Amino acid sequence: MKIKKNIAISDNGFIFDSNTGDTYSLNPVGTEILLLLKEGKQLPEIQKAILEKYDSDNATFEKAYLDFISMIRQYHLTEE
Amino acid sequence: MSEKKLPFERPIIKKLNVNVPNKFGLKTEYDPITSIDGVMVKDLIKEFGSPLYVISERTIRDTYREAKRAFSTRYPKVQFAWSYKTNYMNAVCNVFHQEGSWAEVVSGFEYDKAIANGVQGQHIIFNGPDKTEKDLEKAIKNGSLIHIDHFDELYTIAELAEKMEQKPKVSIRVNMDTGIYPMWTRFGFNYENGEAWEALNRILLNKKLELVGLHAHIGTYIMVPWAYGLAAKKLADLAVGVQTKFNHTIKYIDLGGGFASKNTLKGAFSPGTDTCPTFDAYAEAISTAIISSAILPDHMPILILETGRALIDDAGSLLGSVIAIKRLADGRRSLVIDIGVNLLFTSFWYEHKVTPAQPFTHYTEDSVIYGPLCMNIDVIRENISFPLLNKGEHVVISRIGAYNMTQWMQFITLRPNIVMIDMDGKPHVIRKAEQNESLTSHEITPDYLKKINV
Repeated sequence: MKIKKNIAISDNGFIFDSNTGDTYSLNPVGTEILLLLKEGKQLPEIQKAILEKYDSDNATFEKAYLDFISMIRQYHLTEE
Repeated sequence: MSEKKLPFERPIIKKLNVNVPNKFGLKTEYDPITSIDGVMVKDLIKEFGSPLYVISERTIRDTYREAKRAFSTRYPKVQFAWSYKTNYMNAVCNVFHQEGSWAEVVSGFEYDKAIANGVQGQHIIFNGPDKTEKDLEKAIKNGSLIHIDHFDELYTIAELAEKMEQKPKVSIRVNMDTGIYPMWTRFGFNYENGEAWEALNRILLNKKLELVGLHAHIGTYIMVPWAYGLAAKKLADLAVGVQTKFNHTIKYIDLGGGFASKNTLKGAFSPGTDTCPTFDAYAEAISTAIISSAILPDHMPILILETGRALIDDAGSLLGSVIAIKRLADGRRSLVIDIGVNLLFTSFWYEHKVTPAQPFTHYTEDSVIYGPLCMNIDVIRENISFPLLNKGEHVVISRIGAYNMTQWMQFITLRPNIVMIDMDGKPHVIRKAEQNESLTSHEITPDYLKKINV
């Protein structure tokens, strides 16, 4: 899954879609995941990076990640 | 070793809509409710289970004293009577009785509960349209105050009075136009069309009945104190009329209940905490109306109040846990908690305040909070901007003391423990969680249906 090239993500969780003019906000974990996706990273690498930094477990992360991705898709921020 | 990890919060993305109003509103919760009267929510749930009703004895007493002070500083003779139907847990009733409240009951079941709690018969007010002959006989024997609802009841009491030694102490319930909507006319006798006077004439011409008071209960969740002022004025006019025509002094005027609580009604523009009148406002309207009426100073009646909701709502909390976090097809977040409409009947008319019981960040999601029942109507909050909770975390629903422990439904699941936290911060179970046997012990399966083969 790839994030569209025209999506700008700031470090403090602000997203701007230059095609539509829509803006979004993210919480810190959401920001980190989206920045990693933007870098082209996939689930295993993202999971490892987040779990090294945050206190969680594989199942909790996976559920949250899948839900987050579904919203990214719903907002048409991905290239698929 | 490695550094301490940061707490994990579910990743969220929220579309920003500048200047566009939405039905979820702004975030309303800024601080978690981690404890009630000094007892940690997580400890209460660990010891007594989830969900759990919690009642604060301190809040009951403080609220009662606030109300009593508001009225007794404005009127010389004030008596509260605890409305059993609002919450008839014996422990709750007895806190009110210890504070000096009489009992106000609306059925034989409630009447017997008040007697069993130790309330003296003459301090029980018996309201309601359904009093059986047996109930009435008992109430007459005990010298209770019977508030007559309809002519059929009046004639039944008159017949009983012929047979019994005791003279029944009766009042009539009066319904009236006080300028509010809806106008309750189904209970009692109407003031405007002369029905109330008709009832008073029949009582006072019957030498075997003793007319002791006049009663009105104008509605529920009444947000305009002046409506009570009008009701008090009309009852005072009746009292003056009775004095003039029959030379009979009315001992008390009972303004019933119906004061609003700080809960927010569905569809209300402003939160209940901002719009709910104070006890002082109600007291001012009622006391002024009676004192400035034509009732002679020597004949000033006792003012009785049957306030329920406003005295107990704040003292009750419902603790629960998150069962699941789901995403609805339209993108809204949904939280499934273990508190359903079966336990929170008042969620049908209130936007209840739901607060996480553990610290949370300032991030929120537009959410729906569902109960655990396999029923589409099981919705606790339809639109709420709510912090990010995880499965297993706890919530506190505030201001649930009124009606939920009496109108609850045994539906799909069993009712949980109720605990009361005493003045020293010690929790006591005041109603045990139901077991399957609590219900099945009342069932009888015919022998021919006992054998099944599936």
